Amino acid sequence: MYEIRFHGRGGQGAVTASKILATAAFLESKWVTSFPFFGTERRGAPVTAFTRVDDKKIELRSQIYEPDAVIVLDKSLMSIVNVTDGLKSDGVIVVNGKSGNVREAGKYRVGYVDATSIALRNGLGDPSHPIVNTAILGAFAKVSNLVSLQSIKNATSDMVPSRKKENVNAIQEAYEETEMN
Amino acid sequence: MESIQSSRRIMTGNEAVATGVKLSNVKVISAYPITPQTTIVEKLAEMVANGELDAKYIEVESEHSAMASVTASEITGVRSYTASSSHGILYMHENLHWASGMRVPIVMSVVNRAIGPPWSIWGEQTETFNQRDTGWLQIYCESNQEAMDSIILGYKIAENKKVLLPVMNMLDAFTLSHTSEPVDVRNLKTSYDYLGDLDLDFKLDFKNPAGYGSLVAPDGPFMEMRKDMRDSMYNASGLIKSEISNFNEVFDAELPGLTENFMMEDADYALITAGAISSTAKYTVRKLRERGQKVGLIRLYFYRPFPGEEILKAVRGLKGLGVVERNVSYGQRGPTFEDVVSALYRRADVPIRNYVVGLGGRDIRVKDYEKMFENLIEGDNDMEWINVAVR
Repeated sequence: MYEIRFHGRGGQGAVTASKILATAAFLESKWVTSFPFFGTERRGAPVTAFTRVDDKKIELRSQIYEPDAVIVLDKSLMSIVNVTDGLKSDGVIVVNGKSGNVREAGKYRVGYVDATSIALRNGLGDPSHPIVNTAILGAFAKVSNLVSLQSIKNATSDMVPSRKKENVNAIQEAYEETEMN
Repeated sequence: MESIQSSRRIMTGNEAVATGVKLSNVKVISAYPITPQTTIVEKLAEMVANGELDAKYIEVESEHSAMASVTASEITGVRSYTASSSHGILYMHENLHWASGMRVPIVMSVVNRAIGPPWSIWGEQTETFNQRDTGWLQIYCESNQEAMDSIILGYKIAENKKVLLPVMNMLDAFTLSHTSEPVDVRNLKTSYDYLGDLDLDFKLDFKNPAGYGSLVAPDGPFMEMRKDMRDSMYNASGLIKSEISNFNEVFDAELPGLTENFMMEDADYALITAGAISSTAKYTVRKLRERGQKVGLIRLYFYRPFPGEEILKAVRGLKGLGVVERNVSYGQRGPTFEDVVSALYRRADVPIRNYVVGLGGRDIRVKDYEKMFENLIEGDNDMEWINVAVR
């Protein structure tokens, strides 16, 4: 079983990202679950979302405490949340930012991508509310081997209600621009 | 495989429920939104608005009125549906008795959420265990697949003339309601054919006026009507079991019986759970089995009528049984514990313990179930609160 934890803020699309990633793995014939943990539901509040992927039906329904991968949609969260908490050694961490200060970065496979700029130049959201959830998945495809880039694009096309082409472009650009340590 | 893949979708529990309502050819929906039920009624309102579901959507100002509306529409012979949660269910309480007393076969979904104060939007099953004496059948779903299937099955059983009682379908807040997972969407025509049209022998009909729910004196049939309700519920177990078999055949589905026995064959110790918290319990049972521990799980799919005979059969040979409650009762032990003890009274000789877990959405982890099994094997407390800070 492969477990992914998303850290974002309300309105950034972390919950949708967890669902798109689950759908991408489902398209590759995996069993999946994805679910959010809401604190108080409001724009800007920290949100956690989870995705599980396995070859067999998934029974475990608790939150994820020892993830194989962590995806951070908002770098500012890293000063208030220990995003690598429980992350397995050699686990994947993807951060929205050109660089960052991941604690004990040497233990992990780290990917940085400026998903905010990519989202904005593709017309996804506006400067105060960039929608970075699809771009960050392009970076995840680059750093991990969980699902193919194409499956993420396909799942995104299935799931986003509008701007399908722009979202798929953002995924491709993020994949190309991700810097790995 | 081709056909299974094409009908399998990733959906949340709430989407699965709304799809189940559509598949049940429901004609009237009346509901008041409340977190975490809201996305069920939003989806249904959207389906009615875009013509996907040919039904009337009645907006109301409260849950009390929602239940009054669907009771009224159902008694005219029209299949009706509502959904609620937490305080909404408590506010409905009076009309829950009206619905069952008028013998209207409504199906209602309840997304199990804690009761305040203190305020909480997260999961817990207390609000529906509080409704166990209202004359509604109760189903606790473990997966989104069950959440969809139990709507269709619920109407079939409720509308059976030997039952004619409403059905309450439960799904845990967030753990199912907002969790996305694969669901096989049942075929619309198969489902329509399976349910057929609602056919009530007694209904409000302008051409044949009759009164419902009017005054009955002590020497009138009041007590007889109550006994008939009690008998209809109490004796429904056999009928429910054969209807589940029929459902599984028609839809190629995998609903359990009134209960599901998981790794019980040679078990020494077992837990009883209801709802989606059962999944992590199963995961734990598998893990402990790999370590050589003979443990198992009994899952309640139906809670009313209470599956006492199933539990009696399942516990034979056990050295210990733990009843897990995701609800709280004050001044006595948990309701499921009392029901289990009552069902086994003088018929099984097994030590029974009671565990309270997951109130107010507190996460229930593998280590919590491990602790319960450990306590079951070695402990001596009659009731244990799991993962609670001691003050």
